[in-house]
Amino acid sequence: MALRKRTRTRVYHYTIYVVIIALIVWAVLATDWPTVATQFANPEVAMKMLPGIITVGLKNTLLFTIESFTGGLILAIILALMKLSSIPPFRWAATIWIEFFRGIPALMTIFGFALMLPIALKVKIPGGPVGAATLALIVVSSAYMAETIRAGIQAVPKGQTEASRSLGMSSMKTMFFIVLPQGFRIIIPPLTNEFVLLLKDTSLFFIAGATPLTYELTTYARNGLSTYANATPMVMAALLYLVVTIPLTRLTAWLERRMARER
Amino acid sequence: MSTDLIDVHAPAIDIQGLVKHYGDNEVLKGIDLTVVAGEVVCIIGPSGSGKSTLLRSVNLLEQPTGGHIFIEGIDVVDEDTDLDRVRQRIGMVFQQFNLFPHMSVLGNLTIAQRQVKKRGKAEAEKVAREMLGRVGLAEKADAYPSHLSGGQQQRVAIARALCMNPDMMLFDEPTSALDPELVGEVLQVMRQLADEGMTMLVVTHEMGFAREVGSRLIFMDGGHILEQGDPREVLANPQHPRTQDFLSRVL
Repeated sequence: MALRKRTRTRVYHYTIYVVIIALIVWAVLATDWPTVATQFANPEVAMKMLPGIITVGLKNTLLFTIESFTGGLILAIILALMKLSSIPPFRWAATIWIEFFRGIPALMTIFGFALMLPIALKVKIPGGPVGAATLALIVVSSAYMAETIRAGIQAVPKGQTEASRSLGMSSMKTMFFIVLPQGFRIIIPPLTNEFVLLLKDTSLFFIAGATPLTYELTTYARNGLSTYANATPMVMAALLYLVVTIPLTRLTAWLERRMARER
Repeated sequence: MSTDLIDVHAPAIDIQGLVKHYGDNEVLKGIDLTVVAGEVVCIIGPSGSGKSTLLRSVNLLEQPTGGHIFIEGIDVVDEDTDLDRVRQRIGMVFQQFNLFPHMSVLGNLTIAQRQVKKRGKAEAEKVAREMLGRVGLAEKADAYPSHLSGGQQQRVAIARALCMNPDMMLFDEPTSALDPELVGEVLQVMRQLADEGMTMLVVTHEMGFAREVGSRLIFMDGGHILEQGDPREVLANPQHPRTQDFLSRVL
C-alpha cells in the first residue's frame, strides 16, 4: 500500500463525512415524525403558551439574570479587592465566602436563603421567595466571579499602577480608572460565560416557591408541560434560551476581536 | 508636620542616608544626594548598581528601608506625609512608557489633571494640548497609544507628567526601550526641558546626553555613589577605578 500521506488524509476526511451523513440519515428515518409533530412541536399547544412564555417566562428569566449578575459583579469586585488586600482578615473572609458558595450547589444556596435563613435569623428577606432566590444567586455568582476579577486585576502590568500613582492618583482612583477598566477587558470572555451559567441557574428559582407571575422560563414551561401533557412548551423554552445565549456569545467574540485590534 | 508647607529655600531633592534592602540583598547602602532647583543630574552605572532603585525611591515607588528623602523640605519617608500631594510635584517617566492603553492620548493627559488637580474638562484639555505641542505631538491628541511609535509614546508620557506642572522630573532609562533611530526625538524633548530650567534626575546610558545637558554626573556601583562631578570632567577623566572600568566598557 503506497498511498501518499496527503491522499491518506483525504481518505480519512471523506470517511468521517460519510459516517456523519449516515448517522443523520439513520436518525431521520428512525424518527417517528407524526408523534414528534404532535408531542414536541404542536402548533395548538404553542399558541396557548404564547405570548405568556415570552412576556412572563422569558421576561422573568432575563430580569432575574440581570439582577443577579449586576449584584454579583459588584459584590465580586469587593471580594476580589478583599482577596488582594494587605489586611489578612479581609483575605480570610473573602476566601471562606468564595470557597463555601462555590462548593455547594446553587440549588441549596437558594433553598437556604429562601427557607432556612428566614427561620434561623427570624428575618424577612424583602421581595419574598423571588427576593431570597435573587439574593442567593447574587451570592453564588459573586463567589465565581471574584476569582475571575482577581485574575483580571493581576493581569494588568504593574507599570500601569506605578504611572498612575506617580501622577498623584490615590490607590482607590488608580484601581477604578486605570486597573479595573483594563482588567475587565481581559475577563470579558469568562464573565460572559458566567452570565450564561447564571441565566440557566435562574431555572432553580422554583425551589424558593414561585407564583405564576414569577415563573421563569423553565418553570413556566414545566407548568405548560403538566397542563397540556405535551412537551412542546419545553422545546419552546429551550429555543428561547438559545435566542438569548447565542447572540450574547457572538457579541463577546466580536468585542474580543475588536479589542485585540485596539491594543 | 504639615505637608503643605513648601520651603522654597530647601533643595528640590535632599536624600540622607538612604538604605534599601530586598530581603538579604542590600541594594542601596546609605546614599546621600542633594539636588537643587534647576540642576540636571544624570546617574550612570552598571545594571544592579541601584540607580533605578534610587530614582524610584524619590517618589516612593520603592519604600526605603532606612534614611530620609526630603522633597522641597518635606520628608516623604514620614508616614504622615500626604504622598499623593508630593507626587504631583514630581513628574516621572518610565523605561516602558506606561501609557494607559485604554485611553486616547488626550485621556492619558487629562485623567490625573481632572481627578487629582480637579481641573475642569476644558481647562484640562487646554493644558494637555499645550503640553502635546511642547513635545511636538499636537496632532496626536485623539490617537491611542498602540498606534504611536515608541518615541512618540515616550514623548506623550513626558507631556502627561508635565500636565501636572511638576517642579521636578525623574527619568528612569527613558530611551532604553527605544529603537536607535527613535532615541534622538526623546532626548531632544528632554534637552528642551533642561534648557527651560526643569530640575531633572535622569538614570541613563546616553553618555552624550549626560555630557551635553547634564549639570552633574553621578556614577553608582554596588549601592554606593562612587564618584560625582561635572559630566565632562568625570567622563574625560574618571578618578575611581570602577568608574574608569565602566566607562572603558561603554564608551
